[in-house]
Amino acid sequence: MSGFDKVVHSYEEAMSGLTDNMTIIAGGFGLCGIPENLISEIKRKRKSGLTLVSNNCGVDDFGLGLLLPDRQIKKIIASYVGENAEFERQMMSGELEVELTPQGTLAEKMRAGGAGIPAFYTATGVGTPVAEGKDERQFNGREYILEESITGDFAIVKAWKADRYGNLVFRKTARNFNPMAATAGKITVVEVEEIVEPGQLDPDEIHTPGIYVNRLIQSSFEKRIEQRTIRASGE
Amino acid sequence: MALSRDQIAQRVAQELQDGYYVNLGIGIPTLVANFVPKGIEVMLQSENGLLGMGAFPTEETVDADLINAGKQTVTMATGASIFDSAESFAMIRGGHVDLTVLGAFEVDVNGNIASYMIPGKLIKGMGGAMDLVAGADNIIVTMTHASKHGESKLLTNCTLPLTGKGCIKKVLTDLAFIEIKSGKFHLLERAPGVSVEEIIKLTQGELVIEGEIPEMEFG
Repeated sequence: MSGFDKVVHSYEEAMSGLTDNMTIIAGGFGLCGIPENLISEIKRKRKSGLTLVSNNCGVDDFGLGLLLPDRQIKKIIASYVGENAEFERQMMSGELEVELTPQGTLAEKMRAGGAGIPAFYTATGVGTPVAEGKDERQFNGREYILEESITGDFAIVKAWKADRYGNLVFRKTARNFNPMAATAGKITVVEVEEIVEPGQLDPDEIHTPGIYVNRLIQSSFEKRIEQRTIRASGE
Repeated sequence: MALSRDQIAQRVAQELQDGYYVNLGIGIPTLVANFVPKGIEVMLQSENGLLGMGAFPTEETVDADLINAGKQTVTMATGASIFDSAESFAMIRGGHVDLTVLGAFEVDVNGNIASYMIPGKLIKGMGGAMDLVAGADNIIVTMTHASKHGESKLLTNCTLPLTGKGCIKKVLTDLAFIEIKSGKFHLLERAPGVSVEEIIKLTQGELVIEGEIPEMEFG
């Protein structure tokens, strides 16, 4: 009776089956809520020619930026990039293909991909470089462009708590792209801070139902802060 | 005299209304939060998935799992809610945000905006800006009126790649508050001490001036 036990015990096992040239969808916004250990495992596996779908691409020595030095990423689909020098270098030299995608369109591409919807119309990007080569159509007198959804060979996700069924709860703004990413992978791998006993998560408060999750691993996280901004106490 | 960054934010804040849901972009727009008029309540939307953004945290309350769209650590206000990125942009695209404030490189008389890309220079991406300008009805663009070299940023046609087409109706610069309608700029207010002539000189697109143009007032 282990059909619903998604727990794996090593990162090797968590990312087994990853091969060159695969597409990986990653959760996270900036460095917040990124599957940092799964990214490190991809680096360790030295797979290359990868297409990454992620809002950002980490920084030089953390997050998806770790996959840059060994040229593991062939193409990235993201809304905002270039927080790292090596990324900039590879993009400017043409070694790395970058497909800039508006943030809301990117989220919807993942959501639609996971929901079995191949494409959708949106007003975002009409009349801009994003619209080039895309089907345009009017609804109620307004122009929209057709955007295709995205699915991945793998989705890598960071959640806060899970049970062995793969039911997930995220914490604060570390949720971001993670729930959509979780739905859009052929194999969805989730790393969490805590795996609780079955029945401990309130079904009413589960953010991502376990049906989307294939593998689950518990770990610890550095949770690096990109812009530590504070006010003085009492201000 | 040209408005300071704080004064631009202060003037934008006068447009806030009680009960508004507001998205503030990075830079000057972020400062608007410091000037919310007394006696009104607004809820700040951060597109990474937070409605009800609070002040920056203290050293003791910093939380790596709680950031804003500029990746800065923040706190949550009372009444805040958290959601995923698809939900966040459903709010934005669906027109549920009452006011959006964002920066730009250029705007033109047709309400086009260019704010994310200078060809030949490093391209970082549009983030959520394209969704915001496409989804919001009530947008205020904040920017300097002209470059340091005196080149107008209020144009007949944007020269840079667009972030959005025909979506901007209000622009607040360091010199003037301008409305865009019927393919023209309309001067509504001028910064204290800035003459209409000065604004005309630094506005490349057609600028309509009707009657006496009042100076902005700061309480």
